[in-house]
Amino acid sequence: MTTDAPLISVRDLRVSFPTRSGTFEAVRGVSFDLGRERLGVVGESGSGKSMTGRAILGLVRPPGKVTAASMTLDGQSILNLPQRRMRKIRGQRISMVMQDPKFSLNPVMPIGRQIVEAYRQGSNASRADARAKALEMLAAVQIRDPERVFDAYPHEVSGGMGQRIMIAMMLAPDPEVLIADEPTSALDVSVRTEVLNIMDRLVRDRGMGLIFISHDLNLVSQFCDRVLIMYAGRIVEQLDARDLHKARHPYTQGLLNSLPRLDHPVERLAVLQRQESWRDGQTFEGGA
Amino acid sequence: MLDVRNLNVWFGHPPERVDAVREVSFQVAEGESFGLVGESGSGKSTILRAITGLVDTWSGQVSVAGETIAGSRRSRAFHKTVQMVFQDPYASLHPRHSIDRVLSETLRLQGMDGIDGRITRLLDSVGLGKGFRFRYPHQLSGGQRQRVAIARALAAEPRLLLLDEPTSALDVSVQAEILNLLADLRREHGLTYVMVSHDLSVVGHMCDRLAVMRGGELVEVMGVADLRAGNAASDYARSLIAASLGYVRDSA
Repeated sequence: MTTDAPLISVRDLRVSFPTRSGTFEAVRGVSFDLGRERLGVVGESGSGKSMTGRAILGLVRPPGKVTAASMTLDGQSILNLPQRRMRKIRGQRISMVMQDPKFSLNPVMPIGRQIVEAYRQGSNASRADARAKALEMLAAVQIRDPERVFDAYPHEVSGGMGQRIMIAMMLAPDPEVLIADEPTSALDVSVRTEVLNIMDRLVRDRGMGLIFISHDLNLVSQFCDRVLIMYAGRIVEQLDARDLHKARHPYTQGLLNSLPRLDHPVERLAVLQRQESWRDGQTFEGGA
Repeated sequence: MLDVRNLNVWFGHPPERVDAVREVSFQVAEGESFGLVGESGSGKSTILRAITGLVDTWSGQVSVAGETIAGSRRSRAFHKTVQMVFQDPYASLHPRHSIDRVLSETLRLQGMDGIDGRITRLLDSVGLGKGFRFRYPHQLSGGQRQRVAIARALAAEPRLLLLDEPTSALDVSVQAEILNLLADLRREHGLTYVMVSHDLSVVGHMCDRLAVMRGGELVEVMGVADLRAGNAASDYARSLIAASLGYVRDSA
């Protein structure tokens, strides 16, 4: 599904934070290309997967420092742009959906107004046009009664609906890239499928690029085209999602084995034995 | 061990009264591990909270180890028999109390003697060395905190442990460690578990039988073999199992 020129290209990305005991590198030399595809980024907490997403959006706050050999969107550099120029890109060309809709929506503003506001940030649309666009987007994410939801406040909708509203808001400007950080972790399984279907359709129909950050290996292997596995700030393995079960890196294998499975009962779960060498060892590509 | 009959739990007063649990009945035998699964808002955690007395607006007959309970008052014997482990290990430990203080306070409340030796043994049994004894929660990882919470629950030498999503805040590799620990402890101490989880594969791994909840009602009780085979009696349980097996791309 990957097309020729990548939408986003990242080379040797590093994110570091000064601490009392020296510099802490949260991301240590990450390189990848994103095409018009579903790219999964998997790892445990602290592996740097969210920080990679935030670095692309220019959301790493000082004293955090982002460096890279190059980081481009459609061939133009987006590395450490001034905030004013970054704001033109963020939300318009690259959007982000966070884990919990409860913390991403303004609790004291009706939902419709928030979508309209976000949309008008980057376009010169009139109020009426923006309203029509917002209603259209709400309908596009399968909200049955867009008019009612438009006037509702965030606390009046469920978690799954809140997450769909977030996606609607992020998609109104028609971005080229969507970064979804654990978009379904706070949702029930039945709602999860719906939200994934919506994102899936966007990649297929609009040719959007999707970076899907998750800790859920099974889900990523079923939903994404390609998977990057991160450990301690580095990509330790990258492979096609359907080859995930053929992963060669002991960390990926360990993660897969530590999951309880309905179709494969075991007496005891395998426990991951971390190796110091994984921090700086080789990166595995492709399946076995 | 645990007998729940016609349990109803509600919150608020009419007209805003919410019936969180409706006419739920189930029995858990001594030594059994029983799962409660369902989506958020299905009332699974509320059942545990009613049993432990954290909610007092409930009706029905509940007995634990032969003792009938009512309201939110619980006897000393009840707290010796039943202990609970909560979902969020970051929220369930006092941030300014050292591990030593958390455990010794619990032990004193339970009227135990030889507290010093007991703390060492408790930490040992949950796989934390003596070195952790005088640490504070912020110096521990999520998995280590959950081990402390389990140690605290074990301090009373209970026979029934109520586990409310004990691993859902943890990474999968840490989850495996905690689930193994819980399985070992159950075998060593002959404990009975009631485990609430939204994750069917975790329940499938840990439990012998499970109840599927929906909207406050118990949809069905099934054995783990039926869960694995996908042999649910109700449509809802079948769809829940299908959804939890993962994502299938719709071809529309």
